[in-house]
Amino acid sequence: MSGRSCLTANDWICGEYVRSRGQELADATVQHVWITVVSVVIGLLIAFPLALLARGRDGRRSRFAGPVLGLTTVLYTVPSLAMFSLLLPVFGLSAAVVVTGLVLYSLTVLVRNILAGLEAVPAEAREAALGMGYGRGRLLWEVELPLALPALLAGVRIATVSTVALTTVGAIVGYGGLGTLIVDGLDSLFRAQVLTASVICVLLAVVADLLLLGLQRALTPWTRAPGRRTPRIRTGRPSVRTTRIAKAG
Amino acid sequence: MGAIGDAFTWLATGANWQGESGVWNRLAEHLYFSGVCLLLSCLIALPVALWLGHLGRGGALAVNLSNVGRAIPTLAVLILLTLTPLGKQGDLPTVIALVLFAVPPLLTNAYIGMREVDRAVVEAARGMGMSGRQVFVRVELPLAYPLVMTGLRSAAVQVVATATLAAMAGEGGLGRIITAGFNTYNTPQVVAGALLVAALALLVEGVLVAADRLLDPRRRGAARRATA
Repeated sequence: MSGRSCLTANDWICGEYVRSRGQELADATVQHVWITVVSVVIGLLIAFPLALLARGRDGRRSRFAGPVLGLTTVLYTVPSLAMFSLLLPVFGLSAAVVVTGLVLYSLTVLVRNILAGLEAVPAEAREAALGMGYGRGRLLWEVELPLALPALLAGVRIATVSTVALTTVGAIVGYGGLGTLIVDGLDSLFRAQVLTASVICVLLAVVADLLLLGLQRALTPWTRAPGRRTPRIRTGRPSVRTTRIAKAG
Repeated sequence: MGAIGDAFTWLATGANWQGESGVWNRLAEHLYFSGVCLLLSCLIALPVALWLGHLGRGGALAVNLSNVGRAIPTLAVLILLTLTPLGKQGDLPTVIALVLFAVPPLLTNAYIGMREVDRAVVEAARGMGMSGRQVFVRVELPLAYPLVMTGLRSAAVQVVATATLAAMAGEGGLGRIITAGFNTYNTPQVVAGALLVAALALLVEGVLVAADRLLDPRRRGAARRATA
C-alpha cells in the first residue's frame, strides 16, 4: 500500500513508479541511446572528410577551411527547437528529424577537433613518412590519424555528452528518448516520471563520457606513459577553445 | 521548398503578428527574458570569475562548471523547476534556468582569459610599481577581454536558445509560436517560428561579434578571435 501511496501522493522519488513503468523507462533509454550513437557516428563519418577538406593536401589549411568552419559555427548557433522544427517539413514526424539535427550540431566540435589534431602532427613525422615512401593514404592512416587520435577522441567525448542532453528536445517530434517521458510528465504533472527520466539522462551522459575516456586511454596509451619521452600532441588552441562551448538548448 | 513558401506566407500575414500570441508580443517576451537573464548572469559570473582569475584560485571549479553544464539537459531543468513550488511563482523557473545555463560559459571563459594573461607582463607591471588594482584594471582586464567577450557571446546564444525551450515548459517567448504550431498541426507556423528563432539567434551572435570588434581595447583582436 505504501508503494501506491507514493504514486498517488505524486512524490518526486517513487520506487513504485520505477517498478510499474520499468519497461517504459527501458524503452525510452534504449531510444535515447540509439539516437545518440547513430548521430555521433554519422557526425564522425561526415566530419572526417570535412576536416580533411579544410586541411588541404599540403598539411596547411585550404581555401575550404573558412567556409567549412564558418558554416558549422552558424549551424551551432541555431537553437535546437528551431533546428528540429526547420527539419520537420523535410522528414516529417520521424526520428530522422532528431538525428539530422544532432548530426549537424556534432559537426562543429568534431570538425574543429579533428582539424586541430591533424594540424598538430609534427611536420617532421609527415616528412619522414613521405621520405620512407609512404603514399598519401598510408600516411593518413598510419601516421597522421594515430597522432590526431587524442584530439579526435576529445571531440567525440564532448559531442557525445552534448548529444545525450540535446536528444531530450527531440520530444517535440515524439523522438526524444527520455525527453519524451519528461515532457509527458509535465503534461500530467507526474513528478516521479520527470525526475527519474532526468536523472537517467544525466547518468547516460556521465557513463558515455567515462566509456569514451576508457576508450581514449586504451587507444592512445602513449599519452599517459609517465617518464618516457613520448610524442606529445598538443590539441592546439582551436580545440581547446572548442571544448569551452557548451551546447544546450 | 513548399514548406518554406508557406512559412513566408504565414510571416506575411499581418494577423499573425498582432495580439497576445502574435509575433511582436512573443518577440518582446523573448527579448525581455533574454536581456534580463543575461544581465543577471553577467552580474553573478563576471565579478566572481575575474576576481578568482586575478587571485589565481578556484581554477578547477571554473573549468569543470562548463563540462558539467554540458551534461545537464536544459529541457529537463526547465520542466523540473516548473513542477517545484517555484513553478507557481510565474516566470521564476524560466529565469533561474536561463541564468543557470548562461553562467558557466561566462565564468569559464572570463576565468581562463584572466589566467592566460602572460605572467611576464603581470610581473613587469608589478615591477613598474602598479598596485594590484592597477594591474587588474590596466593589464589583466584588457588582455582578458577577447575571451570575456567569447564567453558573453556563448552565454547570449545560450540564453536565446534556452528561452526558446521555455515554451515547452509552458512559458512565453518565440518558442511558443513553434509549440503552438505543433499543437495545431500547423507546419507553416512551426517553420515560421523556427525561422524567427534562428534569425534572432544569428542576429544576436552577429551584433555581439560587431560590438566585440568595435570595443576591443587593443583594436587588433582579429587574429585572436579567429576561434570562438
